[in-house]
Amino acid sequence: MRLSRAASFPLFAYAILFLVFLYLPVLLLPLFSFNASATPSLPLAGFTLDWYKSLGSNATLHRAAWNSLIVAIATAIISTILGMCAARAMTRYKFRGMAIASGLIMAPLILPEIIIAVSLLIVLLGMGLPLSLVTITLGHVLFCTPYAISVLVSGFEGFDPSLEEAGRDLGDTAFDTLRRITIPVLFPAILSSMLVSFTISIDEFMLAFFLGGNEPTLPVYIWGQLRFAAKLPAVLALGSIMLLGSLLLLTLAEIVRRRAARNISTSAN
Amino acid sequence: MRISSAARLLSNPGLRGWLTISPPFLYALLLLAGPILVVIAHSFWTQDYLTVDRTFTLANYRTALTEPLYLDLLGRSLFVSAVVSVVTVVLAYPIAYFISFHGGRNKGLWLFVITVPFWSGYLLRILSWKVILGYGGVLNTGLMWAGAITEPIASLLYNINAVIITLAHTWVVFAILPIYVSLEKMDRTLLEAAADLGDNALRRFLRITLPLTLPGVTAALLIVMIPTVGDFVTPRIVGGTDGIMIANAIQVQFGRAANWPLGAALSIVTMIAVSVMAGAFVLALRMFRSAMR
Amino acid sequence: METEAIISIDQVTKRYGAFTALNAVTAQIRKGEFFSLLGPSGCGKTTLLRMIAGFDEPTEGTITIAGAPMAGIPPNLRPTNMVFQSYAIFPHLNVNENVAYGLKRLRLGREEERRRVGEALALVELGGLGARNGSELSGGQRQRVALARALVLRPKVLLLDEPLSALDKKLREQMQVELRKLQRAIGITFVLVTHDQYEALAMSDRIAVMFNGKIAQIDAPQDIYQRPASTQVADFLGGMNFLTTAGTTMNGGTVSATAPGFGQISCAVPAGAGASTGNIVFGIRPERLRLVWESAEPAKLAAKVVNRHYFGDVTHLVVRVDGQENELTLVEANNFGADDLPEGAPVRIDHDDAAFVAMLKPD
Repeated sequence: MRLSRAASFPLFAYAILFLVFLYLPVLLLPLFSFNASATPSLPLAGFTLDWYKSLGSNATLHRAAWNSLIVAIATAIISTILGMCAARAMTRYKFRGMAIASGLIMAPLILPEIIIAVSLLIVLLGMGLPLSLVTITLGHVLFCTPYAISVLVSGFEGFDPSLEEAGRDLGDTAFDTLRRITIPVLFPAILSSMLVSFTISIDEFMLAFFLGGNEPTLPVYIWGQLRFAAKLPAVLALGSIMLLGSLLLLTLAEIVRRRAARNISTSAN
Repeated sequence: MRISSAARLLSNPGLRGWLTISPPFLYALLLLAGPILVVIAHSFWTQDYLTVDRTFTLANYRTALTEPLYLDLLGRSLFVSAVVSVVTVVLAYPIAYFISFHGGRNKGLWLFVITVPFWSGYLLRILSWKVILGYGGVLNTGLMWAGAITEPIASLLYNINAVIITLAHTWVVFAILPIYVSLEKMDRTLLEAAADLGDNALRRFLRITLPLTLPGVTAALLIVMIPTVGDFVTPRIVGGTDGIMIANAIQVQFGRAANWPLGAALSIVTMIAVSVMAGAFVLALRMFRSAMR
Repeated sequence: METEAIISIDQVTKRYGAFTALNAVTAQIRKGEFFSLLGPSGCGKTTLLRMIAGFDEPTEGTITIAGAPMAGIPPNLRPTNMVFQSYAIFPHLNVNENVAYGLKRLRLGREEERRRVGEALALVELGGLGARNGSELSGGQRQRVALARALVLRPKVLLLDEPLSALDKKLREQMQVELRKLQRAIGITFVLVTHDQYEALAMSDRIAVMFNGKIAQIDAPQDIYQRPASTQVADFLGGMNFLTTAGTTMNGGTVSATAPGFGQISCAVPAGAGASTGNIVFGIRPERLRLVWESAEPAKLAAKVVNRHYFGDVTHLVVRVDGQENELTLVEANNFGADDLPEGAPVRIDHDDAAFVAMLKPD
């Protein structure tokens, strides 16, 4: 296919332009977070770390960050456990009604988030549950589980069911097989599912906004700051830190996922 | 014999499947299906300050469907989500095609690079468009600095275009993935067969590649169209008064106005409207597909 | 050589919804024998093996291993171990750890455990590869690790689920010989599932041939090949010339008939035949028919060549015999010029009078 090289050039050029469109807005945040002007405009006014320094002494922000961390860790763990059940059932068994069950579980991927948020709000308040980090976590688990499943399904697809049977056959109880075989073999997929759920939860705004009551997470805190033009540079600084954090986590998840994929492809021979 | 009958039951693969999927299924049933039913129920009730009156009424739907404000917002929301989904699919297809056909060994890397901005913070991405398009924003000040304009262009931000650009930027990644998957699934020897039977590159694309990847295109359209209709953050930050959408009205009903039943009815009307529109798009694509034969 | 049964399968039925995978199967597997379950895919052989291992429970009937009924006993508590079709080598463990997997639970102490792992690896001729990773092994090596991992636990019965199907032809033939030798040497009962009739014939003490969830025949390889009980068994285990016959009569243990071209033929009544002779079919294996080249030599029947298929070492000649409905096939070594016989050439054929077999035709 030597011809395709030349034919692909316009496509390649388009892809590069597309990446610029995709990345330029995202990269503006870090740029202006170091800019010594309260309004983000060109030309740049000079370099400053003031905006970052202002974050250090902000107690409300620290509280929001702490809230986000708790919710995201809880969400990552619960979503991954639920995701493992679903991914296992979807890849291992064929049964009547599976399409309905998995359709419902995956529905948050495609439903407008506001629908999920308001319906949960009505029910949770109706049941008399006070809005708190717990209610945010309940919503986040619902929202993150489909993403966890899509990561885990690829892990389970490369996972030979005979491995668990071999564990049983060699004398393990069902629990021992889970501990000695399933979790170690699927570890990369599990870790990458937790990282993905964590990242989505940290970033999620709408559910946290409706279900959080008086406990803001980072995005809800940022939303509150947007009303004040003067706070914009500090928000940009905070956003840049969060951006860097998610980038690190995602790169880690990707490396883990790739290593796992390589292991599976060599063991398939 | 009790143990063995339990073991017999457990060796039924259907039952094992249900048992395995039951934790996430029950969770979704309890926290998604149940609540949505409750929302539907609410939409037929009324609320007076803090007390909910549970007598059946269609008053909320009457308000939702006759009040010009809501009809306006709904119409605009549907328009925005339709435009955004079509724009993202048109933008996404060449990228998906490029990665799938010319990505070579770097396919995984390309996909990773393209998905990264999606993770960069929902609010922050919207915010960066405000920074770009604002009156004193990057685009205006940049253009003035470069001497291209002498006065800032006021019409960049706070309108429906700003909403569409921002949403397209946010959702385009979701459109790439399903199209990419359908391109990957396509048997490449089909193209060789078509070439062998005399089709040139363009005809191969129109007669083989495009029809076979239409399911991916459909999925991409839906995966963008349905969620975008419910966004209230983008319109609030970059939309101004002309860019406000139906989700903003829903949010108000569940917030300040505290009229849950009306909010519920607006939600249901929005869901039905967007489903009907999505169905129309799917049908149109099917017809296009059979016309391509 | 009637010895005690180590596995008794008694009226075992397995249903998945409306589909019956096994239908009232009864069989005895003897202690120390190499037993094969042979049949086409979907015949229920793997289901039966998995029920012996404990991965599936019978819908009806019982399985007894070493005198103990197995109903409700999970696989980890059964005295059986299995070599899986995919080998199921744990990818996160090295060879030593794979083999030691089941030993860990026995808490033997590090020295004893290492000794037994070493022994098992030596048994399958994998000594020195213990530190290799599961993902760095060739197909044959994986098969040996799976074997060592199961045998190290000294099971009463070793179950093998199509263990050679993933290997290429040369390696497969070599492993057949080695597995047979290994089984003889250690004396453990082997139960093998396979769809390859040559594999079953070459390795087994006894073979159970299965079709559609039922066992059609259990016998030693030579008996099953030379005296298939039914046309289905005969067909599955190689070629069979089914003959047109007339005037079938039964007399004690013998059944006789007249076959056009062959004259009067007689052989043992097939097992399971009732008083009626209506469903009895006569046949002869292709290699039991022999071309007679010397005109002076006596021959039993005359035929004409219809077609021939060249296989290098042998030629399959398709011939027509007057009065026989089916064309007959015979196998001839390419020594005297069978590969040169033109279509329509007249040939003379000889056979052993004891080579005929009577089979039941399933209704």
